[in-house]
Amino acid sequence: MDLLRRIFITPFQDMAAAPDFLIQVIWEGLVSGTLYALIALGFVLIYKSSRIFNFAQGIMVVFAALTLVGLYQMGVPALLALPLTLVVMFFLAVVIERVVLRPLVNQPDIILFMATIGITLFLIGFGETIFGGETKRMITRELYIPTGSTIFEPFDGFVAIEHLDVTALVAAIVLVTSLLVFLNRTRIGRAIRALGDDHQAALSVGISLSMIWVVVWFIAGIIALVTGIAWGARAGVSFALEIVALKALPVLLLGGLESVAGAIVGGLMIGVLEKLFEIYWGQPLMGGGTETWFAFVFALIVLLFRPQGLFGERIIERV
Amino acid sequence: MLYRVAGQYKTSYQADYALFPVRQDAFLLGIILIMAFVVFPMTANDFVFRALLIPVLIYALAAMGLNILTGYAGQLSLGTGAFMGVGAYSCFKLVTIFPEMNILVAVLLSGFFSATVGMAFGLPSLRIKGFYLAIATLAAQFFLVWLFQKWGWLYNYHTSGAILVPNIQMFGVTVAGPTATAMTQYYFVLGVVTLMTILAINVTRGRIGRIWKSVRDMDIAAELVGINLMKAKLLAFFVSSYIVGVSGALFVFMWRGAAEAELFDVQLSFRVLFIAIIGGLGSILGNYLGAILIVALPVLLNIVPRALGLPISSSTVEHINVMTIGALIIFFLIVEPHGLARFWQIIREKLIIWPFPH
Repeated sequence: MDLLRRIFITPFQDMAAAPDFLIQVIWEGLVSGTLYALIALGFVLIYKSSRIFNFAQGIMVVFAALTLVGLYQMGVPALLALPLTLVVMFFLAVVIERVVLRPLVNQPDIILFMATIGITLFLIGFGETIFGGETKRMITRELYIPTGSTIFEPFDGFVAIEHLDVTALVAAIVLVTSLLVFLNRTRIGRAIRALGDDHQAALSVGISLSMIWVVVWFIAGIIALVTGIAWGARAGVSFALEIVALKALPVLLLGGLESVAGAIVGGLMIGVLEKLFEIYWGQPLMGGGTETWFAFVFALIVLLFRPQGLFGERIIERV
Repeated sequence: MLYRVAGQYKTSYQADYALFPVRQDAFLLGIILIMAFVVFPMTANDFVFRALLIPVLIYALAAMGLNILTGYAGQLSLGTGAFMGVGAYSCFKLVTIFPEMNILVAVLLSGFFSATVGMAFGLPSLRIKGFYLAIATLAAQFFLVWLFQKWGWLYNYHTSGAILVPNIQMFGVTVAGPTATAMTQYYFVLGVVTLMTILAINVTRGRIGRIWKSVRDMDIAAELVGINLMKAKLLAFFVSSYIVGVSGALFVFMWRGAAEAELFDVQLSFRVLFIAIIGGLGSILGNYLGAILIVALPVLLNIVPRALGLPISSSTVEHINVMTIGALIIFFLIVEPHGLARFWQIIREKLIIWPFPH
């Protein structure tokens, strides 16, 4: 009885007792949710256009951030390092398409999935060999990203909002909007969506598969760079980020593998819910650390009721 | 020439279904078994036992478990590491609660615990398919590892949070723990792995194996011809997790000697998946070939620069290792997406018709 009370009543009493703390928790959840959503967005883009489950998206985030910081440490001015990193990401997209994807066209999904895990390992080793394995500080000030924080006092309480997080949120919104415009209004964007709808039909009207793949992987690289800057500013740049990037997977499940909107909604949802669960249920009842698995279990439960995720395309199976 | 099949007539269906339709296959297997049971133990030193032979066998066993699920029944799983952990922790609990229990019995029993857990996490497979299922199994991976850390009872509330293997005797010989010799442990592992392999071969080539293959190729069609999907999939999860659990128990008791929860993290799952895929999905032999490659590669990569006298720091070697393994995975996938087992098949076919090209 006491346990039931602690599960169903006490957490909500705590929430009502300290609304400012609740707001802070939700805000933190929204910020990490944005980053999950951004990583998931990279996945969705690649999955939509090529049916490749790109496991390497998480590591591309680290790699982009690492390249940016590494270039800066080698003496390149910060504002020049940014476009240079984009060049590196473009080069990476071309190499991945040429060396890995092209020979593997038409292979079963799982083979391509494994290949992206191979890319992941390669990039980890490559990044560490060149830039070293230690945690690095993201060059926020040099990139003119505002730091510091503003303090609000609602309900006689105390809520601190980091300017960094606001910037990340704004950057994410700009990125998503421009991505949607790109996908819906431009020639290449439409070609990407056409490929996603029907590979063979798209090929037969003259859409170049290899060109689109490079473009898609490059866009995923840009998203990775933005995510890397935002996340690196919060937690430093290191390969520990890779584990966090795995969190994007339940986001994908929740939103559906093909849906841009699903990635965003799913990301925010998981970000907020896992923070709430950890603070109000995980720490008092289970000894904390629930953030490692909550997102996965939550997605699993949702999936049992909607196997294609919240926004995914309806799965129609034929024999 | 060595593989001449001419003259080996089959006069009954029984003979056609035999384990070795070609006599040379049985002969070759005999040689491999003699190597494994007699030649290797006589020639190997401690380093070879601990760095190569024992891990190859254990990883091959884990990959075989995964291969039954992914390669035969078509259910992609990324939770192998956690299921190995369930096997290891339950074996530890069995040994500490019942100290007089025979270690062989404990190892074989611990598989049932992971089989049960695996089956529970396999339940979503009835509704979720493909990559969705793969990520769903990650839920098992992260949840179970968290449980290993938080649930003190599992590691007997040891302050380090790790499980330590005590000295265990079997028929008067120490087989596990700090004082066990590498050779006894090798024989123990070899015995269990051989037993499991025989089991796996016979399960997969019989009725159950055919049911799994039909589920893998198209589950709706399989259901239409009267296969009970729920039974087939859950049985696949059960058998697969059983083997994986046994390999997890061996992993800690016969090789590592101690384990923390982090040992069973998602990296381990991926390593086992690599072995299964590089070896060849839907093949028993492939698991061994894949395990040899994945286990031997880092050992070789560590030896080569040192032998050449290159002045590279150990952390750089570590990084280059990771990079090379990633590159090799891509290389093997491009060269032969069906895995190393397919290579052997091609070689065998060539040998049968040699010296003619067709």
